[in-house]
Amino acid sequence: MKVLVPVKRVVDYNVKVRVKSDGTGVELANVKMSMNPFDEIAVEEALRLKEAGKATEVVVVSIGPAQASETIRTALAMGADRGILVKAEGNVEPLAVAKILKAVVEAEQPGLVILGKQAIDDDSNQTGQMLAALLGWSQATFASKLEVEGSDFKVTREVDGGLQTIKLKGPAIVTTDLRLNEPRYASLPNIMKAKKKPIDDKSVADYGVDVTPRLEVLKTAEPAGRKAGVKVKDVAELVNKLKTEAGVL
Amino acid sequence: MTTLLIAEHDHETLKDSTNKALTAASQLGGDVHVLVAGGGQGTKAAAEAAAKLAGVSKVLVAEGPAYEHDLAEPLAALIVALAGGYDAFVAPATSRFKNVMPRVAALLDVMQVSEIIKVVAPDTYERPIYAGNAIQTVKSKDAKKVITVRTSTFAAAGEGGSAAIENAASAADPGLSTFVGEEVAKSDRPELTSAKIIVSGGRAMQSRENFAKYIEPLADKLGAGVGASRAAVDAGYAPNDWQVGQTGKVVAPELYVAVGISGAIQHLAGMKDSKVIVAINKDEDAPIFQVADYGLVADLYQAVPELTEALGKLGK
Repeated sequence: MKVLVPVKRVVDYNVKVRVKSDGTGVELANVKMSMNPFDEIAVEEALRLKEAGKATEVVVVSIGPAQASETIRTALAMGADRGILVKAEGNVEPLAVAKILKAVVEAEQPGLVILGKQAIDDDSNQTGQMLAALLGWSQATFASKLEVEGSDFKVTREVDGGLQTIKLKGPAIVTTDLRLNEPRYASLPNIMKAKKKPIDDKSVADYGVDVTPRLEVLKTAEPAGRKAGVKVKDVAELVNKLKTEAGVL
Repeated sequence: MTTLLIAEHDHETLKDSTNKALTAASQLGGDVHVLVAGGGQGTKAAAEAAAKLAGVSKVLVAEGPAYEHDLAEPLAALIVALAGGYDAFVAPATSRFKNVMPRVAALLDVMQVSEIIKVVAPDTYERPIYAGNAIQTVKSKDAKKVITVRTSTFAAAGEGGSAAIENAASAADPGLSTFVGEEVAKSDRPELTSAKIIVSGGRAMQSRENFAKYIEPLADKLGAGVGASRAAVDAGYAPNDWQVGQTGKVVAPELYVAVGISGAIQHLAGMKDSKVIVAINKDEDAPIFQVADYGLVADLYQAVPELTEALGKLGK
């Protein structure tokens, strides 16, 4: 079984983003970029399936600018076999990404696609579900455990209030939650090896997908701030303030 | 225009998140119909509750085994089958609808607007990006709108309606997935997303036992829900579904008590809209104090039992 893992290049999760003063977006110039953390978990899970003999090949695909090839290299250094870069400029929305991925899936014929549950830049949480819809495949979002059962899958999902386990008819789409695994670090020899692994260069035009945004971004603003309050000296003062001043007791 | 609101319920009672999403749905300006899909007898009770909500003009009920376990494929197929009559589809951004709505959107060839926090105009909304560090205003150019609602930022709609209840046209179950089992934490405490008061513990709790010994008695004294930071959950001190934060639950209670939580951006994104925030932490430079209304620099192992006792004297 081939496993396809889409990965996204995003602002590193340790970077405190700044909103541009003219309200046109967030500052992306000279900001450290990394693989979306949920996608790293997806890559790791695919590699574990391969190491367990359940998967035969792990293919990584990224849709974005030329620099997204660095994100693919990161996945190759972790252990993925080969990459596909679909070059696209500007903002490509989840719906358009899902349409491009559908075309990639039709060309590659994987038995499983593992994606991050959401990208930490736009926080949309849509692409996996949309891809499943467009392919007419089964889906399991927010996975915390994934088991292969022949060509089918058993997935435990993190849902409000607990965990749900479902069985998916393969081929299937799975999106990762935080606790599915802990991604490995790429070793230096593997980083060197990854430089020789193939990355197929494609463009959006190769797939004939219209990527015109459906959502027009009118403005990007700083969130309303919250001011620090007061320090209380002890529990008695805290209880008193909560009772008389805040009125929440 | 007519909006279809998809109701969140637990197959027995309607959830508060439905009331909150209804407020957002009503702000779109059109008639609001509510779809209650579920398995078993409880579905009818949930539908009756939905019919009483102010601003609802019709309730559609779909009852069947395919809807019993919130599987994405049959529920999405049902909503798409009803789509002809509607201009907008609204659902609370709970784990159920985060799962289902993008599937609906793609089947309708619509770009979903996720987790809106404000309706600016019927086609224009505000939504947080970058874990709430920026707020984007977006205008949807799609003919139909598919929207999920961050419920913590909308007030709950009250009762006052008497809508007709009809059976929804049925849709075939694609049969792609099946339910195996679930582990749902049974608790007498209020659910995090609708709790009026929340007491949360962080990494400084050091163990699951300390959560039970310090956090839970305080929460029970206040009739509060119990939350945790991601660090505490990752360390195994608290179960996953207690996690408050960008990757956990986003809450906005009347009172949020953060105990031994440093205040990582991740956590703040999940609770900074709370009305009153109390922080108890022995590190006076902890970032949590920058958002707290009342900060107590103290050892939690002394302060929390003291607070629990003081509340007891208040008759709590």
